[in-house]
Amino acid sequence: MTENSKEVELNKSASPVEHEYDGGLRVANLDAVTDPGLEPHRVRMTDKSVKHEKAAVRQVALLFTLSMLGSAFALWAYFSFPLSENLSSVRLNTMYLGIGMTLGLMGIGIGAVHWAKTLMPDNEVSEERHLTRGSDEKRAAAIEILNAANQESGFTRRKLIRRTLYGSLALFPLPGIILFADLGPNPGDSLRHTFWKKGTRLAKDPTGIEIKASDVTVGSVFQIIPSGLNPENKEYLEEKAKAAVLLVRVDPSELNETEERKGWSYQGIVAYSKICTHVGCPVALYEQQTHHLLCPCHQSTFDLINGCKVIFGPAARPLPQLPITVDSEGYLIAQSDFLEPVGPSFWDRSVKS
Amino acid sequence: MNQLRRKINGMRRSPKALVIVMFVGLFVVGTGYTTVSASVSPNREIVRTQEQIDLGKKIFLANCASCHGKNAEGTVNAPSLIGVGEASVDFQVSTGRMPGAASGPQLEVKPVQFTLEETAAMAAYIGSLADGPSIPDEAYLQANGNASSGGELFRINCAMCHNAAGAGGALTEGKYAPQLMGSSAKTIYEAMVTGPQNMPVFSDANITPEQKNDIITYLTYLQNNSSVGGEELGSLGPVSEGLVAWLGLLGLLVIIAVWLAAKSN
Repeated sequence: MTENSKEVELNKSASPVEHEYDGGLRVANLDAVTDPGLEPHRVRMTDKSVKHEKAAVRQVALLFTLSMLGSAFALWAYFSFPLSENLSSVRLNTMYLGIGMTLGLMGIGIGAVHWAKTLMPDNEVSEERHLTRGSDEKRAAAIEILNAANQESGFTRRKLIRRTLYGSLALFPLPGIILFADLGPNPGDSLRHTFWKKGTRLAKDPTGIEIKASDVTVGSVFQIIPSGLNPENKEYLEEKAKAAVLLVRVDPSELNETEERKGWSYQGIVAYSKICTHVGCPVALYEQQTHHLLCPCHQSTFDLINGCKVIFGPAARPLPQLPITVDSEGYLIAQSDFLEPVGPSFWDRSVKS
Repeated sequence: MNQLRRKINGMRRSPKALVIVMFVGLFVVGTGYTTVSASVSPNREIVRTQEQIDLGKKIFLANCASCHGKNAEGTVNAPSLIGVGEASVDFQVSTGRMPGAASGPQLEVKPVQFTLEETAAMAAYIGSLADGPSIPDEAYLQANGNASSGGELFRINCAMCHNAAGAGGALTEGKYAPQLMGSSAKTIYEAMVTGPQNMPVFSDANITPEQKNDIITYLTYLQNNSSVGGEELGSLGPVSEGLVAWLGLLGLLVIIAVWLAAKSN
């Protein structure tokens, strides 16, 4: 106990405190953990016995040899498992090359650490951390240098130079900032419209074959794109990403439709946007018996027979419904575009444009 | 010699010869055709005989009627089987899903309870009640289609539930899409045409039989070829890969750090 307190005294005198603060009404912490100091030095087996020392030397040499073998193995593997048209050759090539190179580098690393730990001197050394604050002389000298620089350059004296420098520094970043305008153009009203128009036929993804209402049996799910949308179209992928639709036929008696949407389905066939209203993943996991539509990204669940309202998960709005009907030849067609923007929320979504 | 020839000529002209020749001809053509067609496609079509239907009805009454109703009309516990088709019966019974062991979120694959003959008989009975999807034509189960078009169709129509590598995935409230590795071509085809449990139906108007064959070709390719990118870790993507990276690799790094700082004895 006495020894400990003596050590604390010693420590205090050895490292003066950087700042002295008034303790105020603070409770004096009398049982604070004290610096236990250094552990007693333990002599290693390699220092005590020649046998162990020799064994350690052999181990280090073995690790370095293993590294050599690994590198040689990697060279051999590179030429023995060449990459070919067959994709599975990639597997063997990368695996053996990787094993060889790992051995090559790990052998050196582990060998070096083992060498240092067992054979190099292991004297414990402790160094006092110096104070962050410089000595008063050094601080005064630094201020002296600043003042001299100010005198010599005339920074405070020559107002014209100083103010033009401020102006140039202020204007210099502007061209860089203006470059960000190239990130545009602004989306305009493209977020509000899709490829669907009045009379566009519904077609199968990816073949583009138009479908008739009679093709869609109860319980069926069709992945739909607008007819006429094909890779030759301008911005094909963007258009497809907005226009993707899931078509499902349920027993018409199971469908609960609001008064205004009564005419949007055709004999139990309903079409909903496939783009999740949360962050835009394709919602296409349809459960035939529960009529739940599940988004694979964040488990938003939509109730297909109740206007695709959200019954679970982070999505904020129901999936937009595409009003459909059939034309004189029996093909399914869209009555119009979606009546609201598809996909996730955006800045001014609720503003009518 | 001449006498013999005359005798044969006489037999040829006899009206009996016509009948004999006709019978021999019919026999040769008939058996020949059956043998040839049987060797090309053994399961081409289940010929629905009355004995089969009767046997199927007996098995149905003994094993299925308590839930599905005496006339397969369905009860509160189980759906009607009228019009589900032979493919549906074959899928459910030959994978062991039916008869169900207990009610739950989803019927699971179990050891098969019926022989092939019994399954075929039940299928014939259900098929005789009303039209429905029939057992698929062997020609579309050969996995000899276009694997790359099958892959595209699979990613558009199937991958959201069954995972792009057919490893299966979770649905809502304990339901799941089963993994497709190890499923037979017939099972895959029947699942598409019948839409078992919560799976939607992919009728021939949606995915043609040739396209179904393409999908089967793609899945067979996945089953037979190991992943080129190394260990698949169940093909589950970031979940299993992240688990290995965090627990395995990070653990290894911790061990190395401890070893680096430890003193040698």
